Amino acid sequence: MKAKGEYVLRFGDSALVLAQRTAAWVAHAPVMEEDVALANVALDLFGQARLWLDYAGEIEAEGRDADRLVFHRDASAYRNVLLVEQPNGNFADTMVRGFFYDAWAALAYGRLTGSNDERIAAVAAKSAKETAYHLRRSEDWLVRLGDGTELSHERAQCAVDELWRFTGELFLGDEVDAEMVACGIGFDPQALREPWLQRVSAALATATLVKPGDGWMQRGGKQGRHSEALGYLLAEMQVLPRSYPEAVW
Amino acid sequence: MSTDWPLWEIFVRSENGLAHKHVGSLHAADAEMAVQNARDLYTRRNEGVSIWVVRSTDIVATDPAQSEALFDPSEDKSYRQATFYHVPEGVKNL
Repeated sequence: MKAKGEYVLRFGDSALVLAQRTAAWVAHAPVMEEDVALANVALDLFGQARLWLDYAGEIEAEGRDADRLVFHRDASAYRNVLLVEQPNGNFADTMVRGFFYDAWAALAYGRLTGSNDERIAAVAAKSAKETAYHLRRSEDWLVRLGDGTELSHERAQCAVDELWRFTGELFLGDEVDAEMVACGIGFDPQALREPWLQRVSAALATATLVKPGDGWMQRGGKQGRHSEALGYLLAEMQVLPRSYPEAVW
Repeated sequence: MSTDWPLWEIFVRSENGLAHKHVGSLHAADAEMAVQNARDLYTRRNEGVSIWVVRSTDIVATDPAQSEALFDPSEDKSYRQATFYHVPEGVKNL
């Protein structure tokens, strides 16, 4: 089933790209405790990506496993949302990006646990637990930074303003979503918008940050049209297996 | 930056029914962050079911200079140990 493979690929790629971004903080976090915490989040996301992508490969039935999909696809074959491929920037940029994603993922996995595809429901149930913790952390940091010092407030607001235009895609459905809804496997992305906005608006208010107005929203990641940022990320991530396809460890 | 944050002592209960045990310390801006950092630093390999965090400065400790007065007197009182007593033969339900 082509649509289902595509659908699963989207969740896997989003988890994978955010994992790769988050992992780049290791040894660069502001404090050692945060370094370990970020590594934990990245490892959770890598684990989720593996489960989604192995399943995507099985559905495709062309002999590709998660590793093959991760290391041997070009940017245009990636189906992650644009939000997660945005560069790490400063610590506030990373935390705000994480918070926007986590708040969405918590809702998405909540819906998918009711999927009539047992495998999808099981992966979602596992991911939902991890995501609940990621969200708790990223929301906590959003409030700390927003309601922190003058500098941290300024950076957090700047991150919110910069990343806002990538949040619209999270709630934008296409024919793949429609088909998954019709056969009881997936959910309508639009239905997550209100609960997401409620959670995000409340957190932004607590953080004394201003919610941006509804302006132009970027789109296309789910269909394989990415920003140039993803190309650099993939180049670094894939260079070894691409240069030495037979390499093992 | 880490030095700006206070130090916290972390106690983890490995399973229900057991007591919390001191596992180490970490830096955090406040109690909530200390709990989250403790979760990530000390329970990532399934070590615990409960975490306590205590500001290191809130712990009142014994003075090492007084350890003779405090602890040595119990050294020669072996009758305070259960193993000091012989159980008479034939006693059941002890």
